Amino acid sequence: MSDEGRDRAHAHPSAKVYLSIAAILTGITVVEVAIFYIPAIRETILLAPILLTLSAGKFALVVMFYMHLKPDSKIYTAIFTAPLLLAAVLILALMTLLGAWVY
Amino acid sequence: MNTAASAHYTSTGQDTRKIAFWTFIGSECLLFGTLIATYLSYEGKSVVGPTPAEILNIPLTSVSTFVLLMSSLAMVLALAAVQRGDNLYAKVWLATTVGFGAIFLTLQAVEFTAFVHEGLTISTNLFGSTFFVLTGCHGLHVLVGVIWLSTLLILAFRNKLGSEKSMNVEIAGLYWHFVDVVWIVIFTVVYLIQRGPAV
Repeated sequence: MSDEGRDRAHAHPSAKVYLSIAAILTGITVVEVAIFYIPAIRETILLAPILLTLSAGKFALVVMFYMHLKPDSKIYTAIFTAPLLLAAVLILALMTLLGAWVY
Repeated sequence: MNTAASAHYTSTGQDTRKIAFWTFIGSECLLFGTLIATYLSYEGKSVVGPTPAEILNIPLTSVSTFVLLMSSLAMVLALAAVQRGDNLYAKVWLATTVGFGAIFLTLQAVEFTAFVHEGLTISTNLFGSTFFVLTGCHGLHVLVGVIWLSTLLILAFRNKLGSEKSMNVEIAGLYWHFVDVVWIVIFTVVYLIQRGPAV
């Protein structure tokens, strides 16, 4: 890759973008905690899917913008995503093997 | 020496240190994946209390979560300052990050102490064992991050953290943000989603 290409790959977001991301992360966290205290949602099977979706959104925002996976080379995305997916499969496999779905 | 050689670039055009560190982060995903799986597998299966519903302090950990998220913001602002050669703001934002990390660790110590006083230790039940190992391992990672960032802060105070050293700060930042995203997952699956019957 040329120096120019490297520079383009490292064009990180501005401080304004970082502040916007922080505001969104804070907002999502407030919503998560609020949901936890709403009995109508807390006592249904919707609680886990909603909270996991919100958590995944926060995870993605930090990884894409603060860890710069979005502007950086796709090589880093591949290096991170492969073991991340493996970890997700590992969690489901271990939970199944150890009877996590049975009470 | 040409620029590419001095900056440790590989044939892919990427910095070898950064590739190595992303690989390390990948391995950390598997470490925390295993710990989270163990926690979830034994959740709700303790034969004696206290249970998560009885003891977890959501307001306190919500504050911890906010503190860690803000530390990530301070970290990216510190990196941006180092990259543009602004040593004053590099010091300010690195000190802020270290401060938030220390606050997080203090809140975790407060939480752990309260649990012990309420009768939950690492050997009390399955919940205690899996909870303390998972959150303790994360806390240990935060402690390592605080020490690492403190060394960078000392370098900044000695005016030895110029823009040519920005990759060192970027790699420390990657570690710090990873610790943050692990907490995002722990906060959701351990604190907010409490599965299983109460004892």
